Amino acid sequence: MKQKGRLIGGIAALALMAGMASAEGVKVGMITTLSGGGAGLGIDVRDGFQLALKMAGDAGAGVELIVEDDQQKPDIAVQLADKMIQSDQVDVLTGIIWSNLAMAVVPAAVAQGKFYLSPNAGPSALAGAGCDKNYFNVAWQNDNLHEAAGAYANSAGYANSFMLAPNYPAGTDAIAGYKRFYEGAAAGEVYTQLGQTDYAAEIAQIRNSGADSVFFFLPGGMGIAFMKQYAESGVDIPLIGPAFSFDQNILQAVGDAALGVKNTSQWNKDIDNAENAAFVAAYQAEYGRLPSLYSSQGFDTANLLLSAMAKADVTDQEAFRAALEAADFASVRGDFAFGPNHHPIQDIYVREVVKEGDIYTNKVIGTALEDRGDAYAGECKM
Amino acid sequence: MLLAEQVLNGLQYGMMLFLMAAGLTLVFGVMGLINLAHGSLYMAGAFACAAVAAATGSFWLGLAASLAAAAALGALVEVVVIRRLYARDHLDQVLATFALILVFSEGTRWLFGSFPLYLSLPPVLSGAVTLPGGLVYPAFRLAIIAIGALVAVGLFWLIGRTRLGIRIRAGEADREMIAALGVDIARLYTLVFALGAALAGLAGALVGSVQSVQVGMGEPVLILAFVTVVIGGIGSIKGALVGALLVGMTDTLGKALLPTFFAGFMEASAATSVGSALASMLIYVLMAVVLVVRPTGLYGARA
Amino acid sequence: MRFTGALPNAAIFVALVAVAVVADRSGNPYIVTLATKVAIFGLAGVGLNLALGYGGLVSFGHAAFFGLGGYVTAILASHAASATPVATVPFTMMGTNEMLAIWPVALLVSGLAALVIGALSLRTTGVYFIMVTLAFAQMLYYFAVSWPAYGGEDGLSFYVRNSFPGANIFAPLQFFAICAAALGVTMILVALLTQSRFGLALRAAKQNEARVIASGVRPFALRLTAFVLSGMVAGLAGALFADLNRFVSPAMLSWHMSGEIMVFVILGGVGRLAGPIAGAAVFIALEYLLGPVSDHWQALLGLLLILIVLFAPGGLMGLALRGRHG
Repeated sequence: MKQKGRLIGGIAALALMAGMASAEGVKVGMITTLSGGGAGLGIDVRDGFQLALKMAGDAGAGVELIVEDDQQKPDIAVQLADKMIQSDQVDVLTGIIWSNLAMAVVPAAVAQGKFYLSPNAGPSALAGAGCDKNYFNVAWQNDNLHEAAGAYANSAGYANSFMLAPNYPAGTDAIAGYKRFYEGAAAGEVYTQLGQTDYAAEIAQIRNSGADSVFFFLPGGMGIAFMKQYAESGVDIPLIGPAFSFDQNILQAVGDAALGVKNTSQWNKDIDNAENAAFVAAYQAEYGRLPSLYSSQGFDTANLLLSAMAKADVTDQEAFRAALEAADFASVRGDFAFGPNHHPIQDIYVREVVKEGDIYTNKVIGTALEDRGDAYAGECKM
Repeated sequence: MLLAEQVLNGLQYGMMLFLMAAGLTLVFGVMGLINLAHGSLYMAGAFACAAVAAATGSFWLGLAASLAAAAALGALVEVVVIRRLYARDHLDQVLATFALILVFSEGTRWLFGSFPLYLSLPPVLSGAVTLPGGLVYPAFRLAIIAIGALVAVGLFWLIGRTRLGIRIRAGEADREMIAALGVDIARLYTLVFALGAALAGLAGALVGSVQSVQVGMGEPVLILAFVTVVIGGIGSIKGALVGALLVGMTDTLGKALLPTFFAGFMEASAATSVGSALASMLIYVLMAVVLVVRPTGLYGARA
Repeated sequence: MRFTGALPNAAIFVALVAVAVVADRSGNPYIVTLATKVAIFGLAGVGLNLALGYGGLVSFGHAAFFGLGGYVTAILASHAASATPVATVPFTMMGTNEMLAIWPVALLVSGLAALVIGALSLRTTGVYFIMVTLAFAQMLYYFAVSWPAYGGEDGLSFYVRNSFPGANIFAPLQFFAICAAALGVTMILVALLTQSRFGLALRAAKQNEARVIASGVRPFALRLTAFVLSGMVAGLAGALFADLNRFVSPAMLSWHMSGEIMVFVILGGVGRLAGPIAGAAVFIALEYLLGPVSDHWQALLGLLLILIVLFAPGGLMGLALRGRHG
């Protein structure tokens, strides 16, 4: 754990040191989703990352950033990784949003001696037996936010949850993660089709289930559709979910249907520390919109990289890795450290969706899990 | 009670598919055109509705805008691109309309940004109503069933009872003949295409108000609409209606009942997983069975 | 096949090989990777073209065979890596990481799938055939997404490319050479096949079914044979694609993939032997060149494709050879 509140001084010092430590600079390849329906997430990660470089001044200029669009297709992501490693000869890869793309790219990239810093995806396979000394996750292990939702359900006194997730690995992981902490009974457990947009059949089951709470993990458009239809259905069993369906980008499209819903996240714009305040203000000034969870993760990823560059040269792999492990940067989410498997140990908060003026957003109402690592660290042998 | 609700859900899903499939089957039947970009017109309707509703505060103006925008876009596309493809191979049509999807999707993202838009129901359609028998059911789903039924009646009347309908039927039967009769065939085709586009736009606006309005929203629906059209038989409005209801019912009841069915003789979590996997394949199984038994669909006359 | 002489087809193949060799010599391994991708998608397209171009069977479900070939490769390779048997019933079958052992399995599995799907689908024609082939591919797609044993939606990685006797498959150019050789051999076989009695009968059945029946040949058997061969070639391409990425996922089975393969064939020129290679090359080159121009490059790609359809009927090869045919 490290101290908060030294961003400004820290960045100035960083700038100075980085200028000396890595005269050569670091070449970073960012593979992320910039076109198609999932583009919003990749754009936010990229913008957060670039903002951090810009705010870091000269130190940021030491990073040569190459950004490519993976179109949310695993085969394109693999080929871009090959290109960045073979042709561009990058030192560090980052940017991937989706777990299935990460599974396709990361193992091969780290096997070739590249560092990979994950700004979003954290599949369990890369946290447990498949962990690697050159792989660092700056966001969360995939189960974390679901685990926090389960912990919150206990503290809210729920004892009969209905659980809903798409029928794919991240969906089954979500329900497993929820149940890892949730102690009550299961009123129902339903797997929906990936990409499904009509939830009438599931809502009917919820209505008839006798549940006292509904946990759901439906990322992207699936979550928007579910929440709107749920709000119209007349069912008023409280909803709980991970932050993905309540993120800044998505909330405006859900509108009133999301108001009051509790969701779990490791970050929010009102987390009280100087770095976060500076980040939120600078992001709004630069891009004219509020930052999302993904923006914050992109921002933290860049700052982690800059902190390591200040301490070591990337060509000295051992030293650079040790510098990354130290995580000596001021995270916008507050306390941040890496566990033994290079995944975060961090607090996970409960947020509530509120309306500020015309804007739908979240406010933190409590802490679900403190200093949470992940369930797979024990299986990791580096 | 649960079963009754699921049957209503299947009916509503079917009606939504019918709005998409009706336009597709008309264009298929009259012009012989495979239009992959039909889903883009659906998306255009949803975005037009969301933009106008946000600007004016009125969902109903948005709904009108969705019809107008989709029809106008349909007519424009027909005149600029599609009309040059009627005489071509089906394959050229597939390639050109696939390219149109790319243009429309990225064009929409360029105009409206990468994030989903907000579109919500007017107060009169929100919330749930209690039906006779005590079933609580969302008002908007009843409204979609009603609108679908109205459109079905309207289309049957249009095709069966009006001069335009006679020309459309003649166009399906024999293109040369109606040209010889002095009908302006180019105008007829533009009209039919715009009509199909308007129906897709309407479906997009209605569905967008309870789902997410985002780039790419038309693609999954497009495939389902094709499935519907093919099960019903190409060119047949009646086939589209029957096919849509069949697909809607199969999908909804399959999702609701299969996991329970497997739970009868399997361990619970495996039953959920196997049941939902099978449910997602079910409509394709239905289509394959229908086509293997009746190679031109339920009401199709020709391939 | 509209027989336009071997020359244009050979020229396209040679051009592809030349691009790969020059790129490798000038230190552009990524261009070699792209050329490999062209060769693999070109191979899948040559397979589809056998059904689509020569047999008139517009399959919108070839991703099924492409994906099956890929999954066979990944499953065998991952079992070889973990030293566990693939199956113990009816006999113990171990995994393998030898391409020459994997390919026959991939051909067999995709061929069997094509036999079943083809036998059922060929009862229909025209648009109905397009959609029923799509239906079968979608069933496999949803099965792969929700079947947890081999990764489901996350897909399956096998980290190390499978080996080929005498080749260093990590060198981009050597892997390209394997793919290009597979493509070249397949093209020659397809060329021979389409000139054979079988090929002539197949084309005759496409143009005038009644006459073929009158001459005592069953068009169903002809078409089914073409469909199975076509599926097998797509399966081989899928096996190579899995090795290119060292990874497979249900995306290989999705209707987008079927659509993309079909677009390569149409873009290059339906029924032209090397058409799919030209189509895949132009499509992939545009993707590569337009990407850096704008975030909205897909719109530009779409506009270019529309222009090509409107002004070059018969595809790129049709356009290039138009002068020779007046």
